[in-house]
Amino acid sequence: MAILAPQSPAATAVHEEVLDNGLRVLIQEVHTAPLASVWCWYRVGSRDEGPGQTGVSHWVEHMNFKGTTNIPRDRVKGIIEQYGGYWNGYTWVDQTTYTETATRDALDHMLFIEAERMTNGLYDPADCESERTVIISELQGGENDPDQLLDQEMTATAIQAHPYRHPTIGWLSDLQTMTREDLYGYYRGFYVPNNATLVIVGDIDTAAALKSAAKQFGGIPSRDVRRHIHTREPEQLGERRVTIRREGTTAYLKIGYHAPAIGSPDFFPMLLLDAVLSGAKGMNLWASFRTPPPQRSARLYQALVNTGVASAVGGALMPTQDPFVYTISVTATEGVPLARVEEVTLGAIEDVRASGLTAHELRKAKNQLRARLVFENDSITNIAHQLGYYETIDSWQIVSSMPERIEAVTLDEVAAVAEQRLQASNRTIGWFDPVS
Amino acid sequence: MSTITHAGLAPVREVLANGARVMAKESRTTPAVTIHAAVYSGTVCDPPSQPGVAHFISRTIDRGTTSRSADQIAEELDSRGVSLTPSVNRHALSLVSTCLVEDFESVLSIVADIILNPAFPEAEVQTRRGEIITTIRQDEDNPAAVASEAIMEILYGAAHPYGRRTRGTVESVDTITRSTLQTFHGSWFVPEALSLVIVGDVEPELAVEAASRAFGGWRGGSLPTVTLPIPESSRERRVHLVPMMNKVQADLAYGFTSILRSDPAYYSYWLMNNILGQYSIGGRLGDSIRERQGMAYYVFSSLDANVIPGPLVIRAGVNPANVERAVSSIDGELTRFVAEGPTDRELSESKQYLIGSMPRTLETNIGIANFLQTIEFFGLGLDYDRRVPSLLQALTKEDVHAAARAALDPQRATIVVAGPYAGSLR
Repeated sequence: MAILAPQSPAATAVHEEVLDNGLRVLIQEVHTAPLASVWCWYRVGSRDEGPGQTGVSHWVEHMNFKGTTNIPRDRVKGIIEQYGGYWNGYTWVDQTTYTETATRDALDHMLFIEAERMTNGLYDPADCESERTVIISELQGGENDPDQLLDQEMTATAIQAHPYRHPTIGWLSDLQTMTREDLYGYYRGFYVPNNATLVIVGDIDTAAALKSAAKQFGGIPSRDVRRHIHTREPEQLGERRVTIRREGTTAYLKIGYHAPAIGSPDFFPMLLLDAVLSGAKGMNLWASFRTPPPQRSARLYQALVNTGVASAVGGALMPTQDPFVYTISVTATEGVPLARVEEVTLGAIEDVRASGLTAHELRKAKNQLRARLVFENDSITNIAHQLGYYETIDSWQIVSSMPERIEAVTLDEVAAVAEQRLQASNRTIGWFDPVS
Repeated sequence: MSTITHAGLAPVREVLANGARVMAKESRTTPAVTIHAAVYSGTVCDPPSQPGVAHFISRTIDRGTTSRSADQIAEELDSRGVSLTPSVNRHALSLVSTCLVEDFESVLSIVADIILNPAFPEAEVQTRRGEIITTIRQDEDNPAAVASEAIMEILYGAAHPYGRRTRGTVESVDTITRSTLQTFHGSWFVPEALSLVIVGDVEPELAVEAASRAFGGWRGGSLPTVTLPIPESSRERRVHLVPMMNKVQADLAYGFTSILRSDPAYYSYWLMNNILGQYSIGGRLGDSIRERQGMAYYVFSSLDANVIPGPLVIRAGVNPANVERAVSSIDGELTRFVAEGPTDRELSESKQYLIGSMPRTLETNIGIANFLQTIEFFGLGLDYDRRVPSLLQALTKEDVHAAARAALDPQRATIVVAGPYAGSLR
């Protein structure tokens, strides 16, 4: 049950409780520092957005930092800071989440802020307008990066039917035309206790924390959740390509393959396959940004970077509720043509499809993942993130089962996912081909 | 349990007979250990005619030693799930690695081998050169990187160790050979230059003993000195535009040279900078430019007081149509800060925040390791974490106001705009 390794006596098992209004509360005591971390998760993300409304989940997230009935606009900042704390939020395909980490005596304030956010957002029309341009600035900052631009185009080409195809930030024209009523309606439709998970981790007492949570959230009535969009991405029938030719200095290649969802039996074999191809990243999207994967002996690194064909290579298998895209990203070395980069990348992939992995490679990948699972739980913020993230896309129990499920993967299972998932007809190849 | 807030970090510090410094702190949060080895051979040590050597070292040092090939090192680390991350800044080259506690001694001995005996194999030098040139070319197409580099060049001068590009140029990197790297390593990698920090699930005494086994036999000359001219602060307002018309958004850098880290006024500057461009979402600047005017997704200021007066730089990414309005808003905020100083509330809120955030800063092994390296580099003392609260509490409104008056004169600002803007900003 414990998320930390058994030799850490400072952590208790996870306590789970569902309040009468449907709010799921997960609490874990971790007494390593005098801190508490709260994450409040909603099952709403860019997958819930239809045409004309792309980007609404993320914009709503921004508006939920702009004051509530009982937290005036000019008092939003300062509450958590007075406890040395940090707050933030993010939106992605399946989820929108809000977090605070501060000294433990701030816990009631954190819960108060989250309860307010669930139900009392102001959505002042002037603030909605001013945030429109902030978000467009966020989008344009992203477009300055050719690698990010290519990722967006490749994903939109690989996925045709499922709403995972559009970027979470949204398409520009939708950001220019959505109204305050669009934002507020969406907020009211999804921000209900029965669509949320509240996670509390840190130097706290479980019973007291649960009591505080019940006090802050218990009075919020459950309501019908606005309908989620359900579409099944059809099987891809042949290889797709997209080429961006724009002014720039550096060439990039991205290859996307339809990937297994978190609930698929293929997910963990695919995770091991990715570790062998590009180094193990771990399972925590919040923590994994910080340390590069151990990848020097990984297949794609050896084939591309150690031969001077590419200056960088990375793989990304994201845990998602529905099948998303497994992406291999390569930065071409100055002077090496993209066709050559693609040839070498596909060659290494064909090798693994034809011959599978060695037992040594699989063992090494498992060791890497075992270590990453320890490293990525080094703070209460990271531990709390994991519980909420997996509960939102599937179940928090996945977190405690990860070590066993990784250990149980066999060579045959990895060979089968490589053979099936990495075939040509399942892929989309994207080029950013710079013109000077 | 709150050892951090009450007793303080109280790390163990020892100087080995050869002059190498070791600090250790036990932390049992996870069964892991972070090794943070800093060698004081950063980019300021680059030969003036050949910028980029220290960075080149950081990209090749772990690619083979006299007894291990690059592949062997990769295999030994990868099989334990360890990533060893070399990086370089102006003053230090660092190797940072987190490993499981059972692998600590093996990983430490690999780190020592890399620092003491790098081979810089010819083939590796060639391959990494291509990577470095690609990275430099990527930076040239990145408005944020272009703005940051350009403002340093203008504030310090193109020949100054702070003004040169840390990665060098395509031309200078082309001239760096295996023997350049060996010469640099021979003169700058000496025991006196090493500051080794070990944080994690290992007793400090055992950590120091392990460090002594790994580095105690290292012999070397004394650390060469590098001359860092004190920059003259600008007497006038300077604007520099770098048009990058293929981009969508413009990046602003607006800044000054500031003060020494050892200046008693440092703490006033720290607090002043927090109020100006850090507190919550970007302090006063964030309030004005992001929150009230909706002009930018990011705007913040950062202070790097150092062994010479380092930069204080405000950064923002804005739509090209808003460049002039954003700069004029920054001018306005600075003018107001200089005229009025902080409010009582700002002073107490920023103090409380900076003091209260210490347990969070010191929660993780890597957080503690970075903090201890800063203490060692600036000689702040082993009780520094316990002294921070009183250093900040002692500051008055007038102290912070004086820092603002000394640092933030818009008429002496240096401003760089990189991006799709070719207007007439003044």
